[in-house]
Amino acid sequence: MIVSKRKPIEQILHALREDQKVFLVGCAGCAEAVGAGGEVQTGELKQELEQAGKVVTGWVVIDFLCNKTLVGRRLARYLEPLEEASALVVLSCGVGVQAVSAVVEQPTYPANDSISLGGLSGVWRSDERCATCGNCVLEYTGGICPVTMCAKGLLNGPCGGSQNGECEVEPGRPCGWMLIYERLKQLNRVERLKEFVPPRDYSKMLPHREVRESRFWALEREGGDL
Amino acid sequence: MHLSELFAAGKFVVTSEIGPPKGTDIHPLLEEVEILRGKVDAINVTDIQSSVMRVGSLAVCHLLKDRGLEPVLQMTCRDRNRLALQSDLLSAAVLGLENVLCLTGDHPALGDHPEAKPVFDLDSVSLLWAAKQLQEGRDLAGGELQGTPKFCLGAVVTPGADPLEPQLIKMEKKIEAGAQFFQTQAVYEPQVFEKFMKIASQFGVPVMVGIVLLKSAGMARFMNRNVAGVHVPDELIEEMASVPREQRPQRSIEIAARLIREMKDMCQGVHLMPLGWERYVPAILEAAGL
Repeated sequence: MIVSKRKPIEQILHALREDQKVFLVGCAGCAEAVGAGGEVQTGELKQELEQAGKVVTGWVVIDFLCNKTLVGRRLARYLEPLEEASALVVLSCGVGVQAVSAVVEQPTYPANDSISLGGLSGVWRSDERCATCGNCVLEYTGGICPVTMCAKGLLNGPCGGSQNGECEVEPGRPCGWMLIYERLKQLNRVERLKEFVPPRDYSKMLPHREVRESRFWALEREGGDL
Repeated sequence: MHLSELFAAGKFVVTSEIGPPKGTDIHPLLEEVEILRGKVDAINVTDIQSSVMRVGSLAVCHLLKDRGLEPVLQMTCRDRNRLALQSDLLSAAVLGLENVLCLTGDHPALGDHPEAKPVFDLDSVSLLWAAKQLQEGRDLAGGELQGTPKFCLGAVVTPGADPLEPQLIKMEKKIEAGAQFFQTQAVYEPQVFEKFMKIASQFGVPVMVGIVLLKSAGMARFMNRNVAGVHVPDELIEEMASVPREQRPQRSIEIAARLIREMKDMCQGVHLMPLGWERYVPAILEAAGL
């Protein structure tokens, strides 16, 4: 299971500083199980955003956002509120955020930081991966993860080894930062690259106390079904 | 004089570069640096360049400093986490080293220990930021220092990168984080450098144009295939191919001197990367009128 934890609202609002109208996507997979992405939490975030003056054009909770085909189909039912929104906020692990980002045309921001609890890591095997690093930076990077897509996991832009869109490590391997740059250009948000991203806090990779004390944690430890 | 003083005085600054040996036989290197004495303002010492294990930059910089030479400590983020990088920055300061060039570093997969763990706890931008914090009297965790270091912080940029925009954005971030000068990746096309400098000069930070000595046509072609952001134009490759082997050094000297003359007025210094041909550096500088 991938455990995720809500980011502070200030951080989400910082990501949304250029956006007024927002569409929310929750995840009824791992994120709901840990109390970070189900209907309740999506409703709570909606309220917090509205209190901060944002307009929530619509919201949906989808079972396992890591299933990209399902995500595309389910979101297709919400074309109108989706088109009205200039950005999406996703309450899930990093895979869910990347899967949503891959099927929509707007910037997609994470509401959560992801950490690992071992065991099932979502259901979809695809390009989108989450290192469960606990410091989700997808808001800076157009919904493409530099921690997993860049061979060096760099946070502040491409290194000198990027050539013709490829990584220095092996021919044919895409440079994650060139993918990010192209995506941000598409989204008209290249200036996001100018923001300094401080070094990661590695202590956040460990499951936090609340999670370790939760019944889900206990259930997994007992080997029971969720 | 320190690099920071030279830049402040508006002098055209000349640096060169040496790579420490693999093994403890340090004497050939110490002989090579003697050739550079009095000819260049400072000498970069690479940090496990190309991810091939060898003697460390810090030790060699210390040896150079002891001999009255001005070293530039190259530091990459490949092998050390933030504890070790900050500690080495403090170590550099207590050894009297001032110039530090902060780089990301090649991936270990490119070197002779491809199975090594790539660290990259910090990146080139956050390493500059860390050094700046130390100069302000605290470490990355906010802890107070007893005695603060003073650095002249350098960074690198690739003028020939395509697309250029991400390079320029990162260059600005590096300046914001503390970079006081730049040494560039090798440039062989003055018109490409001119285009780059049109934008980069607006940042108001000294830029030293990088020149790697061409050793042969084969080496030039190899760089074109394998080194990101480096392009040796066909005319230069043909020029190197047109002379017999024994005349290659002379031709290489002429080409480097010509490139320096053509780009000198666009920037604030030159960084020569001789890759073992240190002995030709004085002749290049003379031919370039420096």
